[in-house]
Amino acid sequence: MQGGKIIVLLGVNGAGKTTLMRIIAGLENPDEGKLFFNGKNIDAKGLRQVSTLVFQKSAMFSMNVYDNLAYGLRIRGVHKEEISRKVCAELEAVRLSGFEKRRAKKTSGGEQQRIALARAFLLDSNILLLDEPTANLDPNSATIIEKAIINKKSTQQIIVMSTHNLSQARRMADEIVHIYNGEIVEAAEPENFFENPKSEISRKFVNGELEF
Amino acid sequence: MADIIVTAFQQAIKLIESGNPEVYATVYRSIYVAGLGTLLSCVWSIPIAVFLGLYNFRGKWFVKGVFNALIGIPTVALGLLLYLFFSRQGELGSFHLLYTLNGIAIGEAILVTPIIVSFTANALGTADTQLRDLAKTLGASGLRTNLTLIRETIWSMVLSITASFNRGFGELGIATIVGGNLLGETRVLTTAISTEIDFGRFDIAMAYAILLMTIVIVLALTISIIERVRQEEGLWGKMSLWRGLGGS
Repeated sequence: MQGGKIIVLLGVNGAGKTTLMRIIAGLENPDEGKLFFNGKNIDAKGLRQVSTLVFQKSAMFSMNVYDNLAYGLRIRGVHKEEISRKVCAELEAVRLSGFEKRRAKKTSGGEQQRIALARAFLLDSNILLLDEPTANLDPNSATIIEKAIINKKSTQQIIVMSTHNLSQARRMADEIVHIYNGEIVEAAEPENFFENPKSEISRKFVNGELEF
Repeated sequence: MADIIVTAFQQAIKLIESGNPEVYATVYRSIYVAGLGTLLSCVWSIPIAVFLGLYNFRGKWFVKGVFNALIGIPTVALGLLLYLFFSRQGELGSFHLLYTLNGIAIGEAILVTPIIVSFTANALGTADTQLRDLAKTLGASGLRTNLTLIRETIWSMVLSITASFNRGFGELGIATIVGGNLLGETRVLTTAISTEIDFGRFDIAMAYAILLMTIVIVLALTISIIERVRQEEGLWGKMSLWRGLGGS
C-alpha cells in the first residue's frame, strides 16, 4: 500500500472487508500469515500505534464533542493549546464548528460519523482505516464526509476505505481491492476495474450478477 | 386503616417539628451506619467488580454466580454470623464491635458487597465492546482503555452504590442482632419502628417509617435529577441557549 492514495476495499456484505480492517488496525489477530509495515514484521500492538480505524457504526465516548476529539491527542501528550487549535480546525473541516460543547452521543448519526472522522484525522496516523464511513447516512452528510476524506489525502498517509457502493468507489478510489470470501480477487485502478475487470468474480460483481 | 395512616402523617410532622433530639439522632445513626457501610464496602467491592468486569479468567462465571446469589442473603443470618464473630468469645471479640454503630456499619458493608460487585461487574462486562476498540484504536494503553471503560460506566456504579445505601438504610436483621437496639446509642430507624410496633404505638412506628421512606425517596430522586442533567447538555448549555433566545 502506498501513501497519498485512497485504497478502496470493495466487496459484498460478509466478504471480509471489516475483518481485514480490524486486523490492519491491530484489533484482531489473523488466523494465519504475517503483517509487514515499512518492510518490517509488525504485531497488533505495533499496528495500533501506526493506524486509526473509523468504525462503520460510529462510537462516541460519554463526553462532549471537544473531549471526544481531544482523547487521542491527550494520550499522545499534545499541549493543551495545540489540542484546542487542532480540534477547532478539524471540526471546521467536517463542518461542525460550534459543536465543541455538545454531548457527542446526542448528535445525529451523520454528525457522529463526521465527529469520528475528525477524531481520526487529528491523529495523523500512517494508516487511516475507514470502514464504510458513509453507510446509512443522508446524502448531504455522505458528501461532506467524502469531500473531507479526499481533502485529507497527503503524500505520507495511507487511506484504506471499505465500501460496497460502486459509484462511491469509482468517485473516490485511486486503487480498488476487490475482496470475496475473505480473499483478494483483484486489485486494480478504478478505470481498469470497472471497464475491464480481469477476474470473473469481479466482472459479475461490477455487473450486479454476483450471488452471495 | 386510613385513620392510622392519617394519624401517622400528623405524628411524623409532629415528630420532625418537635425537635426531639432522639428522633434526629436516630435518623443520623441510620444515615451514619448505611453511609459508612457503603463507603467501606466500596473500598473492596469496586476493585473486585473492576477485576470481574474487565478481566477474563477460569471460573469467572462461578465467582459472578456466587456474588449474584449473595445479593439476597438474609440479614438475620448475616447478623447472627457477625454476632458470633463480634461477641466476647468470638474471633473479633477484642475489637469490641458488638452493640456499636461501627459494628452495624461493618455488617452492612458485608451485606452490600454483592450488590456493588454484581451490578458494577455486569455494567463493565456489558459496556459497548466498540468503546474498548475505539479507545485502543485512538492509542490508549490497556490500563487507559480500562480506565476509559470505568469512566463510561461510572453512572452504573453510582446507581449500585445508591442501591447499596438504601439496602443498608432499610435493613433490620444486622441492626438488631449486632447493634442491640440500644436507646440513644445504637437505635436506628428500622429498629425504632420494630420497637414501637412491639409497644403497640403504631402511629409513631408509622411516623418513623415515613421518615425512612422520605429519605430513601429523596435520595433516589436526587440521583435521578443528577442523571437527567448529566444526560442533557448540562446546565451551562441550557443557560447559553436561554441567553441566545434573548433571556437574561
